[in-house]
Amino acid sequence: MPLSSRHLLGLQAVPKDDIQLILETANTFREVLERPIKKVPTLQGKTIVNLFYENSTRTRISFELAEKRLSSDTINFSHSASSVKKGESLKDTIRNIEAMKIDMIIIRHSAAGTPLYLTKICSANIINAGDGIHEHPTQALLDMYSLKERFGKLEGLKVCIVGDVAHSRVALSNIYGLKTMGAIVSVCGPSTMIPKYIEKLGVSVTYDIDEAIRENDVLNVLRIQLERKAGGYFPSLREYAKYFGITRERLDNNKDITILHPGPINRGVEISSEVADGNNQIILHQVTNGVAIRMAVLYLLGTLN
Amino acid sequence: MNLILKDVNLFNPFSNIDQKKVSVLLKDGTISKIGNIDSKEFENAEIFELDGKYVVPGFMDMHVHLREPGREDEETIITGSNAAANGGFTEIACMPNTSPAIDSAEIINFIKKHSKKHLVNVYPIAAASMGRNGEVLSPIAELFEAGVVGLSDDGVAIKTASLLRKVLEYSKMYGLPIIEHCEDETLADGAMNEGINSTQLGLPPLPSVSEDLIVSRDILMAEYTGGKIHIAHISTKKSVQLVKEAKQNGINITAEVTPHHFTLTDDSLKSYDTNYKMNPPLRTEEDVNAVIEGLKDGTIDCIVSDHAPHSIEEKEEEFQYAPNGIIGLETMIGLSLSELYHKKILSLKEIVEKLSINPRKILKISVPQFSVGELANFTIIDLDSVWTVDISKFKSKSRNTPFDKKLLNGQSVGVVNNKQMFIDGAFVNI
Repeated sequence: MPLSSRHLLGLQAVPKDDIQLILETANTFREVLERPIKKVPTLQGKTIVNLFYENSTRTRISFELAEKRLSSDTINFSHSASSVKKGESLKDTIRNIEAMKIDMIIIRHSAAGTPLYLTKICSANIINAGDGIHEHPTQALLDMYSLKERFGKLEGLKVCIVGDVAHSRVALSNIYGLKTMGAIVSVCGPSTMIPKYIEKLGVSVTYDIDEAIRENDVLNVLRIQLERKAGGYFPSLREYAKYFGITRERLDNNKDITILHPGPINRGVEISSEVADGNNQIILHQVTNGVAIRMAVLYLLGTLN
Repeated sequence: MNLILKDVNLFNPFSNIDQKKVSVLLKDGTISKIGNIDSKEFENAEIFELDGKYVVPGFMDMHVHLREPGREDEETIITGSNAAANGGFTEIACMPNTSPAIDSAEIINFIKKHSKKHLVNVYPIAAASMGRNGEVLSPIAELFEAGVVGLSDDGVAIKTASLLRKVLEYSKMYGLPIIEHCEDETLADGAMNEGINSTQLGLPPLPSVSEDLIVSRDILMAEYTGGKIHIAHISTKKSVQLVKEAKQNGINITAEVTPHHFTLTDDSLKSYDTNYKMNPPLRTEEDVNAVIEGLKDGTIDCIVSDHAPHSIEEKEEEFQYAPNGIIGLETMIGLSLSELYHKKILSLKEIVEKLSINPRKILKISVPQFSVGELANFTIIDLDSVWTVDISKFKSKSRNTPFDKKLLNGQSVGVVNNKQMFIDGAFVNI
């Protein structure tokens, strides 16, 4: 059974069967990644453009590796600022790229909704690699894959997303995906970083990190973007680390808890070095699984037509 | 030239006229006779068979952005006035967020010069502070003398309470209303209404409280100074309630609403279509219902378009970066009749009050009486015409509207003013 959409814009509307299919397909590719020759010919002849309007190292490398391991031709296009500040409009850029006969676009952009806009102005398959503070679906998929690998299932799993939920595309995609798969999702962070209406998405809210640690199987710890401090969302990094940072002492209350982090990590802020290198975290598994997930998504969308 | 509007329903609640199927004789654009018109007159006159269409005092839109001077690629005084005539208006008030801002008698004279020969009267609103910067008072006395009918820092609220106080006190000498875009600038860095939709769409939120805060401030300051505040494009439930209470307390305050704020909610943003991006942003159903209630109970005095032309390329930018605003002159009458009159929220009398009489009262412009000898100033409306909005037929230079292809019920079929008539898409001297 194929995917129900030819784009991956976010997880809000992706049905359970599709998520299941992506996770299962990723299993196969995860195995490929362990082979001495890590390349399959699946997308030979397909051309994929990585269109990154925002700085990104790991997501771009992860996509690029996934594309190369599926034998597609890969073009990287990085644009430091949004089109507004440069001469050419986004529409013209996309139309020009499309005119070069490409099959898929991976887009990262600072403005929410840009991936959806691309589906309206060109015919390539569009994959959202992060749009503003909206969604980052492949990150959530790789988080879910990593949890499924660890726990065997997602149904009933208690997951708390910790940190700057209001400005996080990782949080929103995780909430949608995990809820679809039957997990019990909560969020924890300073109240200035929790969206006012978040409970309407069916998640509970706590401001007590120790309670979050006690009550959950998993913490997905978000990166604190240092520029948020400038917006005055919290008083200081010191205070954030003291009241919301994940430390070894705090984990004494739940020694079995699993820690995810989408990276890059700020050691000593949202997570202490001891925890970042400790037994509870599966951060580097996430990174490896990210390649497999992206291979799965590229494969499923690239062979759909 | 002699002209007869035959078999019209003449309706003017301001002068208590409500006559069914009468004919109106105009000589050189002036009302010559109403009622039994001599058959001889018919021989020498151009006759418009208007079987049962309503003739009401010409509609006025007191919140229009004409873009000239500065952005003549988006709209000019002439194209905006043409759009007004096509939409059913004989009067518009133009807002001062031009470039340069309307803050001197020279710019008023420039606007007057360009609008002089037009059917549509253009009344300038001037900036309350120089350059709309919120620092130094604009030359209010001189602006008044040049013909300004209101003051506004348009696009932003008057920056500080201290300046607002001075503006209210100074303008009181001339009876000018202060038209406020109510938004607390420290809460204004969002792209859509804060709510579950902004969370789900990942768009930076504009909280409704940012409007309510300035509405509260302005009410208190209007009370303290005795000045006159007009709340522009009211959009939240709380603000409607605040204005209602202020009116009950006898404070000198009026309010307007746009058709998009009584017809659309932030659910429309799910498409990320920038034609739904405006400021104030589209709010929730609860707010829409409160605004409709406010129209009904008289809290909201008038309907305005907040006609805000933008170029195609600017509106094609990413949602977060695209400019705010939509055009509205050519859809406002249809939307008001469809959504308010035909849904039995407002009577025809109330429609005429909110689209014609009240804006004139707020800006101290005389209301047509329909008396013999008076210059004819009419909007002719067909209440039952069912039509589809078609942006290719707009007279505006811009195309940014979310209402293209919308089916509407009721429209203007023509306007008469300044010895001209606009009918069937063209101007005629009469």
